Amino acid sequence: MTVQKNQLKTFPKGGVHPAENKLSAGSPIKILPLPDRVIIPVVQHLGAPAEPVVQKGDTVVAGQLLAKSKGFVSANIHSSVSGKIFRIEARFDASGYKRLSFVINRHEDEWDPAIDRSDTLHEKITVSREEIIRKIQEAGIVGMGGATFPTHIKLNVPKGKKADILIINGVECEPFLTADHRLMLEKSKELMVGIHLLMKALEVDKAVIGIEQNKPDAIALLNGLAEKSPGITVQALKVKYPQGGEKQLIKAITGREVPSGALPVDVGAVVHNVGTTLAAYEAVQKNKPLMERIVTVTGKSLQDPSNFLVRIGTPVAEVIEAAGGLPDDTGKVVLGGPMMGKAVSKLDIPVTKGTSGILIIPDSEAHRMPVQPCIRCAKCVSVCPMGLEPYLLMLLGQHQLWDKARQERALDCIECGSCSFVCPADRPLLDYIRLDKMRIGALIRKEKKAVS
Amino acid sequence: MNKLLTVSLSPHVHGKDSTSRLMTGVVIALLPAWAVSVYFFGWAALYLPVLSVVFCMIFEFLIQKYMLKKASSLKDGSAVVTGLLLAFTLPSNLPIWILAIGALIAIGVGKMSFGGLGTNPFNPALVGRVFLFISFPVQLTSWPVPKGFHTSLTDAVTGATPLGMLKEGMRSGEQVSTLLKNVPDHMQMFLGYMGGSMGEVAAAALLLGFLYLLWKKIITWHIPVTILTTVFLFSGLLWLINPANNADPVFHLLTGGVMLGSIFMATDYVTSPMTPKGMIIYAIGIGLLTVIIRRWGAYPEGVQFAILIMNAFVPLINMYVKPKRFGEVKKNG
Repeated sequence: MTVQKNQLKTFPKGGVHPAENKLSAGSPIKILPLPDRVIIPVVQHLGAPAEPVVQKGDTVVAGQLLAKSKGFVSANIHSSVSGKIFRIEARFDASGYKRLSFVINRHEDEWDPAIDRSDTLHEKITVSREEIIRKIQEAGIVGMGGATFPTHIKLNVPKGKKADILIINGVECEPFLTADHRLMLEKSKELMVGIHLLMKALEVDKAVIGIEQNKPDAIALLNGLAEKSPGITVQALKVKYPQGGEKQLIKAITGREVPSGALPVDVGAVVHNVGTTLAAYEAVQKNKPLMERIVTVTGKSLQDPSNFLVRIGTPVAEVIEAAGGLPDDTGKVVLGGPMMGKAVSKLDIPVTKGTSGILIIPDSEAHRMPVQPCIRCAKCVSVCPMGLEPYLLMLLGQHQLWDKARQERALDCIECGSCSFVCPADRPLLDYIRLDKMRIGALIRKEKKAVS
Repeated sequence: MNKLLTVSLSPHVHGKDSTSRLMTGVVIALLPAWAVSVYFFGWAALYLPVLSVVFCMIFEFLIQKYMLKKASSLKDGSAVVTGLLLAFTLPSNLPIWILAIGALIAIGVGKMSFGGLGTNPFNPALVGRVFLFISFPVQLTSWPVPKGFHTSLTDAVTGATPLGMLKEGMRSGEQVSTLLKNVPDHMQMFLGYMGGSMGEVAAAALLLGFLYLLWKKIITWHIPVTILTTVFLFSGLLWLINPANNADPVFHLLTGGVMLGSIFMATDYVTSPMTPKGMIIYAIGIGLLTVIIRRWGAYPEGVQFAILIMNAFVPLINMYVKPKRFGEVKKNG
């Protein structure tokens, strides 16, 4: 099936067009050689850290529970290898903070016998809705597009609310990243089963897979499968960043606008990333916890931009080594894509559940340009997909006018970075908006305390 | 791995735009009008803009170095644009010393006194131009007539602009319709066969520059198109009501500084609103004021004042006209 231009949908306002640079799009997923040691932090998700259930010196197998979710927003953590727990100690992760982590010395590759390691496709769904959600929760699945919000919470629609559409995010609007693209090509059948599972969990009869137009092969392939799956359709989307932003994607596909401060489910939509959907398939149909993920390792100077299936906890350096090693001209290493990813200072930090890519930026492109005065060109205003005024939010931040920044809706910012990207004067707009958000968050906590 | 990695917050890539690149784009967009100007007004139209740019750059450099004691910002190219625009609003027979005073006022008072690029409320080139216009009215309104200008004024060295002729005639009680017989026809005006400032005469060349600015996404259509539409509709309304006392709307579009002003002056980033809605309000104001000043004011031309007056409203517009926020919808609506 060919995709015509007039079928393309997109979000209505703002957005930018960074160079796509999908260098590894043609590189099939390879299995990364097993690391000798993994580092598995107890918090790889948005929310409270999980609580360790194993001790230093214990022997574990791949897929075994290491730490149990604690609190409402939290997720289980499993071992990705078999071996001995060498240490449980604070280690740096991608956030730049030290997190309590399991350091496991690998021995062989023994898996939890409950896990089905075969390639057989299990299409038949025999479990109940509650069972699906329970298995997803047990498997420690979190949003794998990078937000890492625990998936089971999004599947438990709060009382009084009703989801009527599931949106599967295969947009991958971040430049360079191709992990979701390869996943859609190589795991398409498993993905379709995963979608049916999530539909059942949410009790919706409609699912739409949103994919940017720059992946015509994935659109064609999934379209073919969707034709045989009632309720599932594929929607081609215009190549525009941040097309994959949750609120932007819902608006593009359904025309519904998530109100400021509300959740997607308030407009009847739930969005899950393709990686999360595949993980849900594996958890429910194969009993496999989230212990490995697809990671794009890429960069202009990198010898071998690739997509690897990587065990959680593998040091970033080992993934880079497998793609030809760190180039001599490296200036910056980013976990995630260039628009929203996190720059890291060390390479011994581990790949975690939210690590969609490892981007190597040459030194010549690793530095920011000197900040110049704002010429009030209004480009930041015109590209902001949330309809904010970044120049104003930065100004308010510089003058520490947090209340005013709050009135100007600083909290609506999705931190997509379009404003900083487009600014001709190289102003650090998003840096200041983050500061606004942080200070406003503190104000809100103070208010709540005063009330209670 | 002993290498130190650079760490910074996202985004880690940046678009191609820079201040100097945008300013270069504006200069390129001004080239067709400049070329027409040189064709009609001769060598003076070539060297006066160059001198104006040089004066502006020298004044900016000196003020920054000896008064503000800050690093030079000449690289951003804004002084070049100010210099060119200032010259484009002046007649080609202007003495150089007057031009130098204009450049000093434009840069010194119009821009640097407020703190330099980005902080000035009024368009610097227009500040310079209006200062000269009020201080040296004779020199500023003796327009050289272009070569090829084939009306009864062909032999004169200097003459009035079409707008000037209109105002003069109306003062002496003549009918507009009779007066208009003496001015060039619309096609001649479109191509620039008329008296006027260096850069304002050729609507065709200015529109070419406008297309370039749109193509390069340096400006959006909102301000120029709204000003031109407002001028056309408002002057057209007056003309329909009383054709004997009002010039036709096309005449208003093609004469004076409407084209130069709406495409290059009113769109000045620093002194125009930040949202499309705000831009349209601002541009309607400029269009209305222009026609009001032309029709009822003391001066034949009103664009320069209209833009400066609306510049003063920009902070107010920015405060009250906000973009449509995503998610600003009624809950459960």
